[in-house]
Amino acid sequence: MIRITKRDGISSLLSVAIRVLAVIAALILCLVITFLFTGRDPLRVITEMVGGSFGTTKRMWEFLQRTMILSCIAVGLAPAFKMHFWNIGAEGQMLMGGLGALILMKFCWTIPSLPLLILMALLAIVFGAIWGMIPGFFKAKWNANETLFTLMMNYIAIQIVLYFCTIWEGTVGTVKIGIVNGKAEEAAYHKGWIGELFTGNFNDKDYMWLVLIVLVVVVAMWAYLRYTKQGYEISVVGDSVNTAKYAGIRVNKVYVRSMAISGGVCGFAGFLAVSAVSRTLTESTADGRGFTAIIIAWLAHTNPYLMVIFAALYTFMELAGKQMASAFQLNDYYSKILTGIVLFFVLGCEFFTNYKVRFSKKHKGGAAK
Amino acid sequence: MSGFLSFLSSFSTTLTFSITFGTVILFGALGEILSEKGGNLNLGVPGIMYIGAIGSLVGALWFQGATGSLAGSLGIFYPILCVIVCLIFAFGMAMLAGLLFAYLTISLRTNQNVTGLTLTIFGTGIANYIGGSLGSVGTVRADVTSDAIKAYITPLVKWLDSLTDKFNLGSLLFRHGFMVYLAILVAIALWYFLTKTRTGLSLRAVGENTATADAAGININKYKYLSTCIGAGISGLGGCFYVMEYIDGLWETSATIGALGWLAVALVIFATWKPMRCIWGAYLFGLLSWFYFLVPGLFKGSDKIFQMLPYLFTLLVLILVSLRRKPEDQPPASLGKAYFREER
Repeated sequence: MIRITKRDGISSLLSVAIRVLAVIAALILCLVITFLFTGRDPLRVITEMVGGSFGTTKRMWEFLQRTMILSCIAVGLAPAFKMHFWNIGAEGQMLMGGLGALILMKFCWTIPSLPLLILMALLAIVFGAIWGMIPGFFKAKWNANETLFTLMMNYIAIQIVLYFCTIWEGTVGTVKIGIVNGKAEEAAYHKGWIGELFTGNFNDKDYMWLVLIVLVVVVAMWAYLRYTKQGYEISVVGDSVNTAKYAGIRVNKVYVRSMAISGGVCGFAGFLAVSAVSRTLTESTADGRGFTAIIIAWLAHTNPYLMVIFAALYTFMELAGKQMASAFQLNDYYSKILTGIVLFFVLGCEFFTNYKVRFSKKHKGGAAK
Repeated sequence: MSGFLSFLSSFSTTLTFSITFGTVILFGALGEILSEKGGNLNLGVPGIMYIGAIGSLVGALWFQGATGSLAGSLGIFYPILCVIVCLIFAFGMAMLAGLLFAYLTISLRTNQNVTGLTLTIFGTGIANYIGGSLGSVGTVRADVTSDAIKAYITPLVKWLDSLTDKFNLGSLLFRHGFMVYLAILVAIALWYFLTKTRTGLSLRAVGENTATADAAGININKYKYLSTCIGAGISGLGGCFYVMEYIDGLWETSATIGALGWLAVALVIFATWKPMRCIWGAYLFGLLSWFYFLVPGLFKGSDKIFQMLPYLFTLLVLILVSLRRKPEDQPPASLGKAYFREER
């Protein structure tokens, strides 16, 4: 007979151990599946897996860049999740942020580099914040279900981006804006590209700035949630709305303000994706990362540092899958299967951190459980 | 006058497209309603529809390949068998995906939103992986199954079309494969189940207040597992319909099924969890998505703006529902919450 009881608390060592075990189990399953699909030597499979992220300098930068953008979105979700507000709209908030950045990059490139980049980041934050505040406002005002509301906002954002991709398309019929300010003969060359400001060349090392900026965001969010009055209000609202009301916290204001911050940071991630990585905007600039970040933010229990670790793990699996796909002539979507498996395991293991499972011998005619 | 007639004709064509389009999301939404009425918010619908789609294609290809030599001797029964096998595969594979979701959220009590999103990633991956690999074998088409699913009664359609001149009522109403009508039947059956049967009422009790339902002696796990798995199966049929009727029994690696899956989730809200409202809601969503076809070139990019309308309408409904607070329009009260008996 199996008995399940809720744990009162769990030592951090045990909870880390459970998660590490889950990840190892998932990795072993991924190896077995890859072995079954390809019949290759498992050692070769492991080499390719690790090689996907760390094989060459270029791949390492790719790994860091992807990890950091994903972390930035996840960190943006932290204030919303901490107050138990299901912000599923990171995808749309990021896209709107990217749109804000792109508008300035495309039409206001005459502004000098540093002010231009700052303005781009600000407009991205404003666009993202507005996209976050709308569901926050309706939740505060009429208690509209935020999960479904933010979900719909994503698709409205995608259609808006598609609309601008149509009217600004680079080559007629492509519905693609194309690389902005990428032609050497134009005066706008490299304007609004983050790398221009810092180093003047555009190889992968420019991702270093992206990494540093996101690290600052991560630490700032950690400090905001932990040491400020607003961060404290967020955690009270998250624990109990009634307690918050009784303590005189204006819950509605906290909803709207925190969603503005949440959307703003996600919009900032959109700015980074546009200015530092793609230098253009498509409907897949967010590429599902808004949803992946939700899983990561939730797994990390709103701890920004853990988010970076989970984002790194996710990116590692993603790149491992891509690398194996190209090395063993599998299809590109192979990496989605692998990341899915790892996430399922890490999700499932939460059960063992929250509940205790005991196996005991069945009593003869014993009482029903 | 002739302008009006040609408008009528293109309107009827648009409506026909809308019905086909609407049927995909109708299946998806009906499955999701069943799941949500049991309190399980399954955001894995896009993934499940992907899995249903690839399941139907694999099943049909396998059956056609394995029994192709029997086709002559079985005559008319062979395509029927193909369709049955195809539907079983679509339903079964989608149910397995639902079972995974059910196990994680009900038994392991993981968060439903997060598990659903993971299932969407996983389902998209596995379906496109298999589908893409099918493409590398050469172009494969489940032709017998697809043609059988798309078959319609030609004389009836022609007769009605001749009666209604430009509006082509016959094509509009009857030039669809049987799954269009199956979707409507499922909606009616679901409505009957949820409002008129004891089991349906018990299921709704589970979705509204799990602890009370538990105290009333309802087997919570059984209800939740079954509603989630069967719901996933129904959603999976939407993927099957998409592959077999919408794109002729082929596989195309694109994000379309995913987008339709999210539209299905939107439709559930739009219909305020009512199966009958889903039927016309699905066709309305279809009409909105194809509206640009009716007024082509209104302005540049107008199609993108029109395709935004289903989501905007859904938002409006969501706001109105929370504004008016009518109890019968609200989401199930325990939607999205894991249940643990010892924690009250």
